[in-house]
Amino acid sequence: MKTEILLGDEAVALGAIHAGLTSGFSYPGTPATEVMEYLIRASKKEAKFNASWCVNEKVAYEEALGVSYSGKRTMVSMKHVGLNVAADPFMNSALTKINGGLVVVVADDPGMHSSQNEQDSRYYANFANIICLEPSGQQEAYDITRAAFDVSEKFNIPVLIRVVTRLSHSRSKVQTRPPQNENEIKYGEGKDWTLLPANARKRFEILMRRQSEVITFSNKSDFNKLYLNEKNSSFGIIASGIAYNYVWENLKDFPQKPSLLKICTYPLPEELISRLVQQVDSILVVEEGYPFIEKSLRGLFGISGKTVNGRLNGRLPMTGELSSDNVRKALEMIPNTTQILQDFTLPARPPQLCPGCPHGDTLNALNKVLKPFSGAVVFSDIGCYTLGALPPYNAVDTCVCMGASIGMAKGGAEAGVFPSVAVIGDSTFSHSGMTPLLDAVATDTNMTLIILDNNVVAMTGGQPTFAPGEGLIRIVEGLGVRKNHIQVIVPLPKNLEKNIQIIKREINHKGLSVIIAQRECVEEVLKKKRRGAK
Amino acid sequence: MKQDIILSGVGGQGILSIAFVIDNAALKEGMEFKQAEIHGMAQRGGAVQSHLRLSDKPIFSDLVPRGKADMILSVEPLESLRYIDYLSPDGIIVTSSNPYMNIGNYPNLDKVLDGIRAVENSVIIDSEKLAREAGSRKAQNMVILGAASKHLILKKETLEEFIRILFMSRSESLADINVKAFRLGYNATS
Repeated sequence: MKTEILLGDEAVALGAIHAGLTSGFSYPGTPATEVMEYLIRASKKEAKFNASWCVNEKVAYEEALGVSYSGKRTMVSMKHVGLNVAADPFMNSALTKINGGLVVVVADDPGMHSSQNEQDSRYYANFANIICLEPSGQQEAYDITRAAFDVSEKFNIPVLIRVVTRLSHSRSKVQTRPPQNENEIKYGEGKDWTLLPANARKRFEILMRRQSEVITFSNKSDFNKLYLNEKNSSFGIIASGIAYNYVWENLKDFPQKPSLLKICTYPLPEELISRLVQQVDSILVVEEGYPFIEKSLRGLFGISGKTVNGRLNGRLPMTGELSSDNVRKALEMIPNTTQILQDFTLPARPPQLCPGCPHGDTLNALNKVLKPFSGAVVFSDIGCYTLGALPPYNAVDTCVCMGASIGMAKGGAEAGVFPSVAVIGDSTFSHSGMTPLLDAVATDTNMTLIILDNNVVAMTGGQPTFAPGEGLIRIVEGLGVRKNHIQVIVPLPKNLEKNIQIIKREINHKGLSVIIAQRECVEEVLKKKRRGAK
Repeated sequence: MKQDIILSGVGGQGILSIAFVIDNAALKEGMEFKQAEIHGMAQRGGAVQSHLRLSDKPIFSDLVPRGKADMILSVEPLESLRYIDYLSPDGIIVTSSNPYMNIGNYPNLDKVLDGIRAVENSVIIDSEKLAREAGSRKAQNMVILGAASKHLILKKETLEEFIRILFMSRSESLADINVKAFRLGYNATS
């Protein structure tokens, strides 16, 4: 046994390596990025497995499916909204006969530290009728990931591991066990993987018949823990994942311990829940994310003679992240005494574009061009440039999902928006921007697309992009944008006047234009300098 | 024996390096620890914080409960006040006196320092001066760690060992500078 210091994300990654991982795939996204960062670092040292960034989450998932078909173990990791992108292969893969263990790691972001929503991935696992495992700490993240591959192969279904920001990005000690070897190659059978209606019906029936076995697995799992206090029949708690820690943080000084069920596996362990519910009159459900367990427990009409407390009745906040503080309140304990700031208002310090950032120069030029137009809309996307929505720029009007800027600009332009401008980064463009641009080419819509090519996935810490520079220009040409309306600019303060003229000209062109603003991310330039100086 | 700490500063000031040193020292000294940090969007020049918990018993929550922090260890004065509701009634602040002014409405510095002094036994250090003396303005984080180390339940020697390990990966001279910065911070407090 070895002890290491690991982030929750890293514990997941190491658990997968030690379970005999053959290939890992991902697209960067906070708070999931560190799973793949760890895999890539480790693969460079050990070189026994593949670890790679992919163009988007859907592609990552499909690459993982190919590995599973071959009989080897594979993991695909992403942030919660990434699973929306990968939802098509995800939902359908539940009907295939998963061969080599397939583990999907999804990092949810309750509280939206770095995300546009706080969707709860347990619903996805439930939707697909597969198993979800939810570790409560770093050690469990390692242990659960190791176990997840066996479970996936046992039931021939994908297994979803749900982590949340506070586990993903928290470090602690993890004890590791000796690694196991990777699987031998052993192909799946075509009939189990060809989801033509005749096959798919059979496969779906098999998946549904599996459910009772899967619930039995959940009831017996070592990762769930039921503690029944026969002396306390008034009050019990159900807590899942890291919420369990917030409960314990407070129960330390609780006089009469309530019965407590810790849930780390889904589908819900019905038998364990039933034993707890029979024991007590009132149940508090504490779970990070949506009230998933609470809703199942309550059903439409509640449980006769029992009270269920949680997010749904306001005992815990309906939205946002849990903490030991709001759980303490839900337990009706006296709040801790804190220090308070006297006579002083603290100004916020929001994140901002780095000094010298190329996006700042492009947004400045764009702002100057659009000033005379009262009807201008800048549809934007997901990346550092989204910070352009904040002062001093106030330059962008939307941020919805990866690639949305281009489709929205097209829809807006056709509805009468002028100027209709889309702003997207080079990585987001490769992720989900090419297909909507093809749409805009087909209709030659009167809109202007600005692609900010900084040569890197900057917001998540500098991962490589797939087609920056010349490659990006060739893609835009290849999609059919007219050559005389593809303009390349270099966003620098000294080029401001020139860039304003170019943007102005293309906005006034009645049809589709693409402007590519090329300059490397300043953080990357610094990193390269530091490496060079070493 | 336990110690709950909030590390604070502005993205890029090196609070994760402080966390690395404390985490590893805790592991070596056989302590339990959990350390939650902020990645992603907020790191771009925004307020950043890390919750760091040390104990000789198992630790549950990754986050420090409000009112339970024994110390706020900050590389920036204004940021040291941002998490004051986490500080226990007898908790202290150890902070740099040097402001990081990347916002237009940065308050009057004297008022900020008065706010810090209102917390009893707080330690305010001119980390920029001491870091320059050690050889690099960037070593302010280690100056503050040095100043805080008198109050930590970890040995000074263990902390120094991991400062050396952390910076040796870049260069020996950088390791020397950072150990020196740590010692200057340590000696600057009574």
